[in-house]
Amino acid sequence: MSRFDWLPDFLAKLEDASITAPCGPASGGTPASLLVVDAADWGRVASVAISFNCRLAGLWGDQREGKIMLFCCLERQGDYLLLRTAVPLSHPELPSHTFWFPSADRLERHARDLLGVIFTRHPDSRRWTRHRAWPETDYPLRSDFPAAGRRTTKTPQDEEYPFLRAKGTGVYEIPVGPVHAGIIEPGHFRFQAVGEEVLNLEERLGYLHKGIEKIAVGRDSAGLARLAGRVSGDSTVAHAWAACQAMERAAGIEPPPRGLALRALLAERERIANHLGDIGAICNDVGFAFALYQFSRLREIWQRRSAELFGHRLLMDRVVPGGVGVDLESNGSLSLREDHRLLRKELNGLFDILEDHPSLEDRLLTTGRLTAESARSLGSLGYVGKASGQGFDVRHNNPYAPYDRMEVAVPVFEEGDVAARVRVRMEEVRISLDLLDCLLAGLPAGEVRQEMPSLISSAEGVGFVEGWRGEIITYVRFDGEGRVARFFPRDPSWFTWPALERIVLGNIVPDFPVCNKSVNGSYSGHDL
Amino acid sequence: MADLLNSPAAWGLALVQGLLFLLAAPLLTAWVRRVKARLQNRRGAPLLQPYRDLYKLFAKEAMVARTTSGLFLAAPYIVFGSTLLAGAVVPLLAVNLPTAAIADVIVLAGFFALGRFFLTLAGMDAGTAFGGMGASREMLVSALAEPALLMAVFTLAMTAHSTNLSSVVAYQLDAGLVLRPSYLFALLGLVLVAIAETGRIPVDNPATHLELTMIHEAMILEYSGRHLALMEGAAQLKLMIYGVLISNIFFPWGIATEFTPAALLLGLVAITAKLALLGVLLAVAETVLAKMRLFRAPEFLNMALLFSVLGLLSHVILEVGA
Repeated sequence: MSRFDWLPDFLAKLEDASITAPCGPASGGTPASLLVVDAADWGRVASVAISFNCRLAGLWGDQREGKIMLFCCLERQGDYLLLRTAVPLSHPELPSHTFWFPSADRLERHARDLLGVIFTRHPDSRRWTRHRAWPETDYPLRSDFPAAGRRTTKTPQDEEYPFLRAKGTGVYEIPVGPVHAGIIEPGHFRFQAVGEEVLNLEERLGYLHKGIEKIAVGRDSAGLARLAGRVSGDSTVAHAWAACQAMERAAGIEPPPRGLALRALLAERERIANHLGDIGAICNDVGFAFALYQFSRLREIWQRRSAELFGHRLLMDRVVPGGVGVDLESNGSLSLREDHRLLRKELNGLFDILEDHPSLEDRLLTTGRLTAESARSLGSLGYVGKASGQGFDVRHNNPYAPYDRMEVAVPVFEEGDVAARVRVRMEEVRISLDLLDCLLAGLPAGEVRQEMPSLISSAEGVGFVEGWRGEIITYVRFDGEGRVARFFPRDPSWFTWPALERIVLGNIVPDFPVCNKSVNGSYSGHDL
Repeated sequence: MADLLNSPAAWGLALVQGLLFLLAAPLLTAWVRRVKARLQNRRGAPLLQPYRDLYKLFAKEAMVARTTSGLFLAAPYIVFGSTLLAGAVVPLLAVNLPTAAIADVIVLAGFFALGRFFLTLAGMDAGTAFGGMGASREMLVSALAEPALLMAVFTLAMTAHSTNLSSVVAYQLDAGLVLRPSYLFALLGLVLVAIAETGRIPVDNPATHLELTMIHEAMILEYSGRHLALMEGAAQLKLMIYGVLISNIFFPWGIATEFTPAALLLGLVAITAKLALLGVLLAVAETVLAKMRLFRAPEFLNMALLFSVLGLLSHVILEVGA
């Protein structure tokens, strides 16, 4: 199957709808096509895209001089298509995509909150990322808004946020968070329940908004890579890689093969560490502490080895523009393979216990089901999507180096319950271990890093990386002086948080924690 | 016997036994935690940790929510007091103590019910969603657990022709080791009730931090300082009471029937060994099992009730007149 064999049909369909949109390859080395759309046609393009079974993979705005550019990233059969349009800053209005793509909902609200873009016919007018600390007329991501913020008076209470209310006898409301009992990130959940059954769950996120997009502005490439590594601490490798990929594409360079192989090595290590932690934590949420301690132990050993070999437990700041900041010593390769062998052995025993434990099965099977239909319409990928029949994996469907030379297996299940999300993780750990051995066996010699050009002027690039949570899309634009003008990392959590709202429907209240843990969305990656 | 009942020494012993309940309860909790930790390849906290925790809580300031009433303040004392009284009527070291006169199983159930009544009210008093949720779940569990508890002990009472715990234990000792199907069923029923009533896995998880899944912990979520210490102490006492109940009713051997130092020492060693073994069994069960879904809890307790009823039936059918 050749790349983009569906694009001519798509363009013809647009022409039928009398939409003229020039199409060409995206700038730099970004492996995508770019379609420049008139703002008035923005909504109609979405209607054609949905009839083509495209998936909305990202949506972001970018202020340039007197206008705001809007980007929408679509994906079909592993091919990425970027839509771009421009609206004047004085009147930034364009049709909403949410009617066709439910996954666009929060991304559009995010763009509206931070840039002041007005999406007409958007079904939800409530603020999302921009909480009440900002006045109604302040849009923090606009260039006239200072990065340090404006000193305001006391933040008004957020009591006014109108949650969807259920009425009737016996219906009650449970507010949970934003501060939780465990050491986890902040987020508010509002349940409507009858007895123990959940009628509706509404999330309220944004408590972890750090202004990452704003403070990225003005950085150089090394500074941006460091910042990207902190978008979500547990995905530091994946986010740093996606940002570096975008910058390298903007600069038109490719890191040396050894650097790319080492990046993949780090990314797979991150995937394994997080999956191990998650599997244990999911079991712990149903009171099966044995698994928590066993998997925590394995994860701890794994992370200590990361610290020994690469100098950081979480591998933060190891991925740098142009390659990686660390090299693997010659005897490290041997000891890593021994690590993998030992971990496989331990996991065989533990996975057998988990797969064949009646009391665990009773809790995880059929709990928190996400139908394939919901997963598709919400664009949920990663382990959430793979457990609900969505087999997309960037490493497999649009492979980037070094995965283009490897066969990445993608575990897909149809059940969509918590048990399936655990099984995807177990399979992915096994697959990642194989990939790691494969990477070590074919580890190229040579440099690990190539110098970035000193000046990357007025260039943009998009990075596509499969993090452990799923597909990460990162947009970077440099201004005329080679400084970052726009950075938008689209974490997979944008599409798994809405899935959680559907997952818990019809479940009982005490099963929410395990559903939540099985999705494990990143608050930080989403709130930005 | 009659003079003993009224002698100050016997009363003193009864008091010592009550104090022993109080002092040993945290140790049993610590023991279960310790064994669990070992089973999970952890070192675990030292056995004195619950004492330190209680000491710490007593030293801390007690925060009380503005929305609460006086009931919220009174509840910890009532809950702790009633549990302590319940402990006083259960034969720990010796039978035929002066407290044996009120050592009735119905009294015991009554003390538990009193404590629970105030515990659930206190849970709802602060008006938070979690407290109310915990209270409603507690009632769901206890509504089924209480009859099962009574049924199980009635089975024994029918054999011993008395609902007095002391008499039941004494009868068991006299009769010697007789395998009765009714006892087996009653034991199973009582174990299941004990697990549910003391908030252990698979019904409740005492170690969880997840507010939405809690039963007992959700009710005491608003408590702090000495109030929390009392509530925690009461929970530890309850675990101890159920442990002693199971040990001494079904396996009474070793308990002192006369008040000589040697007999009492033997009684102490015996109950320590029995509770230690029971603690290990509980820890093993909690390690190999995951928590049930909440709506499975009634099924679990129905099973307890079924066992207890089977015990009664098998007593009537097989053992009466035999």
